[in-house]
Amino acid sequence: MRALRLGAGLLLALALWQALVSLSGVPPFLLPGPGRVLVALWTNRVLIGGHAVMTLTGVLIALVLGTMLGAATAVGLAASARCRAAIQPLLVVTQTIPVFALAPLLTLWLGYGLASKIAVAVLVIYFPVAQAFLDAILRTPQGWMELAQVMNATPRQVLWRIRLPAALPGLASGLRLAAVYAPLGVVLGEFVGAARGLGYLMLLANGRARIDLLFAALLVLCLLTWALHRAMEALLRRLPPVA
Amino acid sequence: MTALTLHLAGRASAGDRPVFGPLALDVPGGRWTCLLGPSGVGKSTLLRLLAGLSGGVRFDGQMAASDGLPLAGRVALMAQDDLLLPWLDCAANVMLGARLRGLAPDPARARALLADVGLAAEMRRRPAQLSGGQRQRVALARTLMEDRPVVLLDEPFSALDARSRAGMQDLAARLLAGRTVLMVTHDPAEAARLGDRLLLLTGEGLQAISPPAAAPPRRVDDPATLALQGRLMVRLMAA
Repeated sequence: MRALRLGAGLLLALALWQALVSLSGVPPFLLPGPGRVLVALWTNRVLIGGHAVMTLTGVLIALVLGTMLGAATAVGLAASARCRAAIQPLLVVTQTIPVFALAPLLTLWLGYGLASKIAVAVLVIYFPVAQAFLDAILRTPQGWMELAQVMNATPRQVLWRIRLPAALPGLASGLRLAAVYAPLGVVLGEFVGAARGLGYLMLLANGRARIDLLFAALLVLCLLTWALHRAMEALLRRLPPVA
Repeated sequence: MTALTLHLAGRASAGDRPVFGPLALDVPGGRWTCLLGPSGVGKSTLLRLLAGLSGGVRFDGQMAASDGLPLAGRVALMAQDDLLLPWLDCAANVMLGARLRGLAPDPARARALLADVGLAAEMRRRPAQLSGGQRQRVALARTLMEDRPVVLLDEPFSALDARSRAGMQDLAARLLAGRTVLMVTHDPAEAARLGDRLLLLTGEGLQAISPPAAAPPRRVDDPATLALQGRLMVRLMAA
């Protein structure tokens, strides 16, 4: 039923798109109709596929690295109030620097390969994961903390056995954001300087007025992001219950 | 296990606001003391102070056990909220204390205690799969697992329906026998059934009330217990 509604919505959007193109007489090099885009997608499937694999590789590596770094930061800051007082304001200040501005620098330092794209995406993912997880760790229900105190628990055991498991929903909301932001970060890196990847292909197609190819690459990027989002949801459903 | 007698004398305040006035509380060793009173009179604060949980409350006075040693580490606490960890099964919840102290737990003992509270078959279930009464029985097993000489109960059965509550009272009375128990409750029926010693805390202070002759847990239809329940209710309403 849900798939049916989604399909119907998609068909309606495509019809509107085609009607807009047909009725307004916009030339195809400005806005191609859905038919042209699908043809471009099919004829260039190997080309687009190759670039998509590159982008996806970057996204997956960045997701793993960004999550590990973000989660480790949250645990570290949760374990020590002194670290928290020193580092947390710094963390917020770094968020005022737009990653857009850093992307050219990262490309300069790390080169045109995958590393600079991963670095951009990690920067994008890191903060939401760290912040969401840390907030959740610091909001452990009072009753559990008091029970632990009466049981003469060690702070380390309380962190590992109560506070971290109880904070997993916070980590999960960070990861949901990360799954959607990671492709954004990688494509941003590819826009700034790359020899491969969907972002690179889109720039290239744009430069050669192959707008149908640009749209085809964009479509694949959207599908990839949507699939990542679904995969993340499926993964997060396997987490142990917390409420 | 040596039965510890507790003694607390003093007053408590939160900021400028007094929580309870100067009072002296004695909790006899190896017996069940019920602390009854209207809400907001400081019963729970008193209990939590004995558990070592100040919660922003300042206590001026003395708190001591009969052997002169500190109470910390010799108290177990059971509250109205079962406080079970939802990601652990019953057995792991019962063994939580040892794990939190970084020690090896004793699964055989946890199994035996879960069997004592009638949950041998539910060992591997998670709290969400249990009824409210079953969850409270797991919490009782966890409290027993701590094996502390002093057990503090903060309205542990007040969220249960009447029938489960009476069942839990019998079970707790049997399993906690021999320990020093202080139970805070606002239910006159519960106090009349369970107390070896009954204390009423009101704005004026603590008053001792003599319990019925029968040994606790008294029958739910014991006339002397029911009569006392009525008298307690009258005094509660007057407080």
